[in-house]
Amino acid sequence: MSERGERTDRLGAEGPAPLWEVFVRARRGLAHTHVGSLHAPDAELALHNARDLYTRRQEGVSIWVVPASAITASSPDEKDAFFDPAADKVYRHPTFYEVPEGAAHL
Amino acid sequence: MYGNDFPGEDPPGGLLGEVEAAEAALRAAAQQDRDAAGPGTDLAAYFAQVVDADQKIEPRDWMPEAYRRTLIRQIAQHAHSEIIGMQPEGNWISRAPSLKRKAILLAKVQDEAGHGLYLYAAAETLGISRDELVDLLLDGRQKYSSIFNYPTLSWADVGAIGWLVDGAAIVNQVPLCRCSYGPYARAMIRVCKEESFHQRQGYEILHVLAHGTPAQRAMAQDAVDRWWYPSLAMFGPPDGDSTHSAQSMAWKIKRFSNDELRQRFVDMCVGQAEVLGLAIPDPGLRWNDERQAYDFTQPDYAELMRVISGDGPCNRERIAHRRRAHAEGAWVREAAAAYAAKQRNKKKEMVAA
Repeated sequence: MSERGERTDRLGAEGPAPLWEVFVRARRGLAHTHVGSLHAPDAELALHNARDLYTRRQEGVSIWVVPASAITASSPDEKDAFFDPAADKVYRHPTFYEVPEGAAHL
Repeated sequence: MYGNDFPGEDPPGGLLGEVEAAEAALRAAAQQDRDAAGPGTDLAAYFAQVVDADQKIEPRDWMPEAYRRTLIRQIAQHAHSEIIGMQPEGNWISRAPSLKRKAILLAKVQDEAGHGLYLYAAAETLGISRDELVDLLLDGRQKYSSIFNYPTLSWADVGAIGWLVDGAAIVNQVPLCRCSYGPYARAMIRVCKEESFHQRQGYEILHVLAHGTPAQRAMAQDAVDRWWYPSLAMFGPPDGDSTHSAQSMAWKIKRFSNDELRQRFVDMCVGQAEVLGLAIPDPGLRWNDERQAYDFTQPDYAELMRVISGDGPCNRERIAHRRRAHAEGAWVREAAAAYAAKQRNKKKEMVAA
């Protein structure tokens, strides 16, 4: 239901209706979360279909639909190389620093 | 209403509790994944490691070709079952006994369509298109659950389908919420949460009929008599004859054997039937103290094979109806596509001007 990236590009205007990824904001204050996908010929119908398919029980207050072909995903095969730069920068986390005794509100 | 009365490791809240536990486990597995090493060069070993650690395989991960094929087959058959399953109950929407019952049944049948769509979407992540899947169903090259080839002869059948058929489906599907393939597990969590409404509405229909006039009571009993064994057969052939089971268990697509799930279902139903005041049509049904489970008569597996291979009471009717609905809906799909193309062109012209 996600991360299809390049595979879905072939679903053009000619063949089957394009694929859309659906994101729903469950409540005010929460981020939109990916809930699944659907087929629709255009954005307006994608939005209507998403409402019927993913929010039949008041699961959301706002919906985004995004053409699946517009999503570029990183590949799990290059997970190590791609995310490695983050691993050796422990100083980005507050726990890296030693707080002297007596220093409050830090 | 269901699931609370079988002994053992059930968390509070019965099967719905299990769905929630599976959802929590899904999040826990995702948390654990942060510390895991990447795939490296041995992709097969990494796949096995992820499955063994109860983590999830995601669409773009490497997976054995047979794992992919098995999942496509299983998820597609599951999706087809939801879509074909709209028919036996859809037959009763116009004849439901009250406006309330009509509205409820309409919502239920709409849910079944939704379940089919969640599942088609999950299958599509494995590299097959929706149109291919629809063709496989319409051409009879892929199957759907045998149960939907039985007719719904009375209003009580709608109740029996909710209680027994959806009940059996839930017992089958709750373990799938922990399936090793992420998109399938996530779709199943959604499906199971909605199915519990289906089962309760069916149980309520039967409960009302069973406490109504003698004729209504007889109608309810007749429906249970006809749906009991086909519902038991929904769990598939006995373990000894089940061809796909062992490998699916190893891949954690399947978590329990057909016979284990069938037993669980029978043990649940006995108490529920007592509350309804209806009899389960099995003279061999009795408590076995040694096994701490009910002994019961097995369904007719030869009949199951006949129905699956196309020779049930309604097979031809179901597929003919599906083909007709698909063909008659073609103009809607074409009109929507033409409108979308027109709007796109309009936008282009405006940009060009």
